[in-house]
Amino acid sequence: MSLATAILTGDVAELPSKRDEDWRWTDLRGLIRQIPPPSAAAKLMGPGPFAGLGGALLFVNGGAEFPDMDEGGNTANGPGGAMVLRFVSNAEGTSHAVNLPLVFSPGTRTVVLESYEGFGSDYLASIELEFDLEEGAEVERIVLADDVADAVTVSQANVILAHGAKFNQTVLTSGAKRQRIETRVTHPGHGAKVRMDGAYLLSDKRHADITTVVVHDGVDGTTEQLTKGVVRDQARGIFQGRIVVSEGADRTDARMGHHALILSERAEVDAKPELLIYADDVQCAHGNTIGALDEAAIFYARQRGIPDAQARAMLTEAFVGEVIDRIGHEGARDAARAWAAKRLGGY
Amino acid sequence: MLSIQNLHATVGGTEILKGLSLEVPAGEVHAIMGPNGAGKSTLSYVLTGRDGYEVTKGSATLDGEDLLALEPNERAAKGVFLSFQYPLEIPGVPALTFVRTALNAQRKARGEPEVTAPEFLKLAREKAAGLKMDFDMLKRPLNVGFSGGEKKRMEILQMAILSPRFAILDETDSGLDIDALRIVSEGVNAMRGPDRAMLVITHYQRLLEYIRPDRVHVLAGGRIVASGGPELALELEREGYDKYARAAA
Repeated sequence: MSLATAILTGDVAELPSKRDEDWRWTDLRGLIRQIPPPSAAAKLMGPGPFAGLGGALLFVNGGAEFPDMDEGGNTANGPGGAMVLRFVSNAEGTSHAVNLPLVFSPGTRTVVLESYEGFGSDYLASIELEFDLEEGAEVERIVLADDVADAVTVSQANVILAHGAKFNQTVLTSGAKRQRIETRVTHPGHGAKVRMDGAYLLSDKRHADITTVVVHDGVDGTTEQLTKGVVRDQARGIFQGRIVVSEGADRTDARMGHHALILSERAEVDAKPELLIYADDVQCAHGNTIGALDEAAIFYARQRGIPDAQARAMLTEAFVGEVIDRIGHEGARDAARAWAAKRLGGY
Repeated sequence: MLSIQNLHATVGGTEILKGLSLEVPAGEVHAIMGPNGAGKSTLSYVLTGRDGYEVTKGSATLDGEDLLALEPNERAAKGVFLSFQYPLEIPGVPALTFVRTALNAQRKARGEPEVTAPEFLKLAREKAAGLKMDFDMLKRPLNVGFSGGEKKRMEILQMAILSPRFAILDETDSGLDIDALRIVSEGVNAMRGPDRAMLVITHYQRLLEYIRPDRVHVLAGGRIVASGGPELALELEREGYDKYARAAA
C-alpha cells in the first residue's frame, strides 16, 4: 500500500491508513475520499532553490521535462556541478507520481540536491526514489520541501549501501496539509556510513512527518541522525526513527537525536525513536527532547537590546542551525540557511 | 542619573523590595552590599524588566525618564546594562554575532546608523585585547562551554562594546580568580567617566579594593538600611551584616 499505488490505480483502498502502525500519525486513508484525476502537463514556475549549483533534471506534475542546462552547459550528470532534481507540482485538485531509480557507480562522489516545489492547490503528489550506492560510492542528498498548504504529498526513498558506501542526507521541510518524507536505508555491506538529518519548520495547520528506517545488516556500520523541529500555531510535526541492528551486525555505531521546539499551545509534536538491536557488540543511543524556547535566554538577549521577536527568531534559527551546519556542500548549506531564515523570520 | 524612590516589588506574590530608595548620580560608582536574600538580584532584575518581577509601588527613573514603563530592550537602548550574576549560554549564536546584533538593535532603536561588519570587528578586537581575551573565543557560541570566569569576562566585554550609560554589575567577582578579577576590574575602571554611572552588587569587600566605589549602601530586608563612603565596606567585612539584618527585621 502506498500513495503511489493509489494514484496509479485510482483505488483509495491502496492508501496507507492509521491501522498501519508506521502511518498512525499520517493517516491518508481517513483523509482522502477519492483519488483525484491525473495532473496534466504544466509550466515550470521560475528557478528552484538550488539554481546555479548544477544542471537540473526536472519533473513537472510527475512528467520528466527536459534536462535543464546550467550556465556552464552541464547537465545533471555533468562535471563539477551537483545533480539537481526538481520535483515541481503545479496543479489544481489533481494527482501525480514519479518513480526514479538512481545508481551510483563504485567510488563516485555525488551531491544530489532535491527540491519539492509546490504551486496551485489541493494536489496529491508521490515521489519514489531508489538510491543504489555501489561499493565505496558517496552521496550527499539535500532535500528542500516546499509544498502548498493544502497539498498531500509523500516522498519515499529507498537507499541501499554496498560495502564502504557513504550516505549523508539532510531533509528540510515546511510541511503541507499532510506530508510524509520517508527514507529507508539498508546496509547490507559492511563498513557503510550514514548521516541522516532533518528539520521541519511548521506553521498554521501544516503537518510534516519525517520517518527514517535504518537497517544494519553488515558489520562496522555507522548511523548518525539529528532531526530538529519547530512548530507553531496548530501545526503538527512527527518524527519516527527506527534503527535495526540485525544479528551479527557487530560493531555497529548508531546515534539518533530528535529535538523539537513547540512555540504555541496548540501545536503538536509526536516522536517515536526506536532502536531494535539483535546484535551484542554494538553502540546505540538516542535522545529526544521537546520543549519551548528558553525564556531566560530570551530575557538575556532583550537585556542586551534585542527586541523580543528578533531574539526569538535568532534563538530559533540557531536551534535549527545545528542541522544546517552539518550540510557538507557549501552552496546547498547557504541555500538551506536562506530557506530556514525566510521561514523563521516571522517568529 | 539613576533615581529610585520607595520601590516595592514582588516575585511570585512575595514582596522582596520593600520601599527601596537610591540615587546614583552621573560619574559615580555605587556599591550595594547585603546578606543573601536581601533583594540584591531582585533589584537588578526589576531595573532591567525581567518577567515575573512585579513593581507594586514606587518609581525608577534614568535621567528623569521612567524606566519601569519600558520593555527590557528599550531600557537597554536607553543605556541600561546588566552584567549577569549567571550569564546565559546561547547555543548556536557566535558571541560576535550576538553582540553585533545587540549593538545594532540598540543603535536602530536610538535612530543611529548600524555599525558595519569591519567597524564592529575593529571595535571587538580592541576591547577583547583590553580584557586580555582570546579573540577566537568570540567566534564560539556565546558562553557555551565557557568557564565561570570566562563568562564574567565576556559580560564585561559586552559592556565595553555596548558602552552603556548605566551599568549594573551583579556579583561580577564571583567565579573570578585574582588575576581575572584584576583584569575585569581594570576593564570596568576604564569605563568610569563623567557621563556614566555604575551600581556594583557584591557580597564581598574584595571587589571594592579594585573598583573603588564613591558610595556604599547596605541592602537588607528589601531596603537600603545604611549608606556611607568606601570605609563602610571595610566595616561590613569586619563586623558582618548582623546588625543590619536585625535592624531590617
